[in-house]
Amino acid sequence: MRGSPINTDDIQGKAYDSKLMRRLLGYIKPYKKYVVLAILLNIIVAGLGPIRPYLTKIAVDDAIANKDYNMLLYVVVILVGTLLFQAVIQFALTYFTQLMGQKIIYDLRIKLFSHIQKLSLKYFDKTPIGRIVTRVTNDVEALNELFSSGIVMVFSDIFIILWIFGFMFFMSWKLALITLSVLPVLFYATFLFRKKVRDAYRQERKYLSRLNSYMQEHITGMNIVQIFNKEKDEFKNFIEINYNYRNALIRSVFYYATFFPVVEILSSISVALIIWYGGGKVIQDSMTIGVLFAFIQYTEMFFRPIRDLSEKYNIMQTAMAASERIFEVLDDQTIIPNPDNPKKLDNIKGSVQFKNVIFAYNEGENVLKNVSFDINAGETVAIVGATGAGKTSIISLLTRFYDIQKGEINIDGINIKEIDKFELRKKISVVLQDVFLFSGDIKSNIGLNSEYISEKRLLEAAKIVGADKFISKLPNKYKEEVKEKGATLSVGQKQLISFARALAFDPQILILDEATSSVDTETEILIKKAIEKLLVGRTSIVIAHRLSTIQNADKIIVMHKGEIRESGTHQKLLAKKGIYYKLYQLQYKEQEISKVV
Amino acid sequence: MKSLFYLNKYFKKYKFRLLLGVLFILLSNAAQVYIPILLKESIDLLRTNMSYQLLLKYSGMIVGTAIIGGFFRFLIRVTIIIVSRKIEFDLRSDFWKHIQTLPTRFFQNNSTGNIMAHATNDISAVRMYIGPAVMYSVDTITKIIIVITIMLTLAPTLTIYTLLPLPLLSFFVYKLSKKIHSKFTKIQEKFSELTTKAQESFSGIRVVKSYVIEKSEVNHFTKLSGEYLDRNMEKIKIQALFMPMLFLITGISVIIVIWVGGSMVIENTLTLGEIIAFIAYLGLLIWPVIAFGWVLNIIQQASASMKRLLKIFNEKNDRVENTNANSNIKTINGDIEFKNVSFRYGPKLEEVLKNISFKIPQGNFLAIIGHTGSGKTSLVNLIPRLFDVTSGEILIDGINIKNIPINVLRKNIGMVSQETFLFSDSLKNNLGYGLKEINEEIVERVAEISQLQKDVDNFSEGLETILGERGITLSGGQKQRASLARALAINPKILILDDSFSAVDTNTEEEILLKLKEFMKGRTSIIISHRISTVKHADSIIVLENGVIAERGTHNELVEKKGIYADLHNKQLLEEELEEIE
Repeated sequence: MRGSPINTDDIQGKAYDSKLMRRLLGYIKPYKKYVVLAILLNIIVAGLGPIRPYLTKIAVDDAIANKDYNMLLYVVVILVGTLLFQAVIQFALTYFTQLMGQKIIYDLRIKLFSHIQKLSLKYFDKTPIGRIVTRVTNDVEALNELFSSGIVMVFSDIFIILWIFGFMFFMSWKLALITLSVLPVLFYATFLFRKKVRDAYRQERKYLSRLNSYMQEHITGMNIVQIFNKEKDEFKNFIEINYNYRNALIRSVFYYATFFPVVEILSSISVALIIWYGGGKVIQDSMTIGVLFAFIQYTEMFFRPIRDLSEKYNIMQTAMAASERIFEVLDDQTIIPNPDNPKKLDNIKGSVQFKNVIFAYNEGENVLKNVSFDINAGETVAIVGATGAGKTSIISLLTRFYDIQKGEINIDGINIKEIDKFELRKKISVVLQDVFLFSGDIKSNIGLNSEYISEKRLLEAAKIVGADKFISKLPNKYKEEVKEKGATLSVGQKQLISFARALAFDPQILILDEATSSVDTETEILIKKAIEKLLVGRTSIVIAHRLSTIQNADKIIVMHKGEIRESGTHQKLLAKKGIYYKLYQLQYKEQEISKVV
Repeated sequence: MKSLFYLNKYFKKYKFRLLLGVLFILLSNAAQVYIPILLKESIDLLRTNMSYQLLLKYSGMIVGTAIIGGFFRFLIRVTIIIVSRKIEFDLRSDFWKHIQTLPTRFFQNNSTGNIMAHATNDISAVRMYIGPAVMYSVDTITKIIIVITIMLTLAPTLTIYTLLPLPLLSFFVYKLSKKIHSKFTKIQEKFSELTTKAQESFSGIRVVKSYVIEKSEVNHFTKLSGEYLDRNMEKIKIQALFMPMLFLITGISVIIVIWVGGSMVIENTLTLGEIIAFIAYLGLLIWPVIAFGWVLNIIQQASASMKRLLKIFNEKNDRVENTNANSNIKTINGDIEFKNVSFRYGPKLEEVLKNISFKIPQGNFLAIIGHTGSGKTSLVNLIPRLFDVTSGEILIDGINIKNIPINVLRKNIGMVSQETFLFSDSLKNNLGYGLKEINEEIVERVAEISQLQKDVDNFSEGLETILGERGITLSGGQKQRASLARALAINPKILILDDSFSAVDTNTEEEILLKLKEFMKGRTSIIISHRISTVKHADSIIVLENGVIAERGTHNELVEKKGIYADLHNKQLLEEELEEIE
């Protein structure tokens, strides 16, 4: 496909797997009517083609030989009629089978997408995003051919061949057998050709992907190539890769160059056999010339479906490989379980309790070791610690992005495992370090198209956090398009948008992972003010990077290697001269002058 | 269409093979066209006085002619298609050779994806013109001429009736495939929209889950999938017309032969053999006629692609080796002087550097400090001529750098830019990138200076560790240190560091600076930094502000001056004090 990324999931493996096939066919079920219609149309259309040479025979033997003008006109009218009929049916057939294929992959794509949305973060942690995207896009697309032309067209090709054979045997079974004697050779040649071409194609892809990644990389790094005077050496490298690609392409030219003439020669042999054997019969008067006419036309007709049939092998192989990957995702059940009878969370106050929590992303590597703490409703708690201390894990657990191994996490005294996870998440707003913006406009990025957020509330939230000021300066204000994940917005502006987003949802509990990246003074002041407003009137847990945030917190929890080592207020902890004191020094020292300027 | 003339020079290169290919086309067509004549004669003989021997002779001749024809068909592809692959290779190589000479400006204005699209899609489209289009058009034209001539000699009126529908076929193929192509482009657009949405939804999964907007994400995706389906169906509607239309028109021709021809046979003005010959000739003509419409499309697409390629081929390369570069200059010492240098990125853009003048004697250390956007990077980029000055001049050893051969200039400048870029190759090859041949000793030495040795010891493969997609990903700090080492490895006379320690922690930076001090001895160096501790020890410091030199002097002089620099310095001190109070 044009512009598609280099596909590392190569086409390999079995062309047929009955288990996979049965499962795939399950997706056709809702479209049974289409299938029945398609098969019916197929039988008709497959018969209409081969009928024409037979009609020619009648024209030659009965009309022309008997000098019967009316008969000739009669046959011609029937010929035109069948031709038109065939054209209409062929159109309908193609249209409906393709429509069916499109609908099936549409269903499958949405099913897959919805399923992936349900998967736990564990799945996203271990799977590269690019690969997940390929599943819902290219892999699903690869099934299109199977559903739209593969399954139905196999019938079509088989029917056409059967009809042709039928007519031939009906007219003269001996001549039919002799004419068809070239078929085994044709089958073998086609099979061999497909295999060779497939192998060659794989080689081509390999060298093409090498060429592409070389170019991609060196265009991006052209500066380095030029600064280091490496143009000549790099050109040599390029030529070598380009040369390998060229040779792979040339290799497959030979297969095509051989195959097509071989097919032509085989079809001529068929014709020669018809002339030789059939001609002999005509001399003996045991066969009419019209039969020869019909047979010569048939030889041209059955070569195409046979060639097509062999192509179906490729379609099957591609489809099997793609469906295996798709089903693997659909069968993935890393989903955070929801309780059957969830407890209500209507008037939540927002107290949070961690009780002897043990948590590991991977079995045996505990990231949190026996962590316990209490946060009263309405309090602000700052979590500090070096990278890898377990701060992020704490905030991911509260929203049940992951489930813990041991211990319990309670909100207002209720274990979060007993609460509907979607209800739970609605009560908690999370502001992450890297602000993620969706394509759309500013408004949709604050309200996230949620039905619960009114426009009024959305604008209010933007005003409160001070985002309103820069938004109203944008040419389209709140309708300003957000391009490429907000590339046109500054880091500070993006943060303000994410604050407005959190506030608009008016959560009982707020989780804030402060960004470390530096912003200019003016924005820094804006952000500080916004954070203050954000924390008012709700339980807040902040992974703090700002001095002001730490100072204003009701309590500071100091994490170190998965454990809580110290906790208390800023002054108290400083006086202790322990880990917090060191952390404080370290983080402060790292600040650059540009921040202050 | 004119743009395709550019390819003539490549055609000339393979003139002989191409002419041979054309000859093969003629020969194979001659053989192919002979078969219907054999058919006609044998059928007609059957009606009169056929013998078994003659039958065998005709059958044998049919197979023999087919083999000869097939053999030449094979040779056609082997000559013309292979030439097209070779020209594709030449064209791509020339494209790359040209790309390599283009200035930094070009790569800033064109995205990598865009350049890639030219190198892959456009070159493929042009290749289709060189190979299949040339092959089929010669084939089509010669075949049509020969076949029609024969048909006319056999039965002139029948020929005219029979061929009447065929131009229609060419026309429809041309129109429909053009339409399909445009619908296809539209499908591709939707598909990439769909891909973007999936990408976005999955990479933003934390936000999606936090704010419980899974449903609206699914709805959005469903909507896009629906639109994608609709666009596909639009194409399918046209595509579904293709086959029926094809056999409708060809079928009509055959029916005309049977009807008109049959009547003529009845009137004894035509033989049955001639009818079978006509049907066979129609079989021969159908593909060329279809190909005709198809080839027209290929030529159109190729010409559009060639136009885009030519735009790049004609891209001026404004920093090319000056013709008046003095080839006697084999090396440089490293005295640098900026003389009234002004610079802007485009004719209509604002000046980013205004009238800059300064001197750095050989072996000195100049530090540049200033806010983001003050012009620091633009200034250092002028020295290795990544960009050329708009006015004024830059002198090295008293010679205008435009008169120094560019490879001599660059060979002697070790530059570490702000954005670190490493190749997906081994660490060793990356560090020794600028060397003619990888020298272990040098690589280890520069790794030591840039404090990379400790990291290397932690990699299981050591210096052989592969970086990038197929290997390990380095941290920001490691990348910066690796690019520093790469610049040091070429033993430059001039060392330029553009904010090269921003991701390196302070301790490591201090250690590197300590080691660098030794290395910098006898070399001219320019260091851009945000940290006062880095620039403090420079022989002289320049403070850039909005493209002009606001202050200059040594650390002590500048502190005394009580200007911008002093302000920065004071603020830093103040913070240190604050830290102690709390």
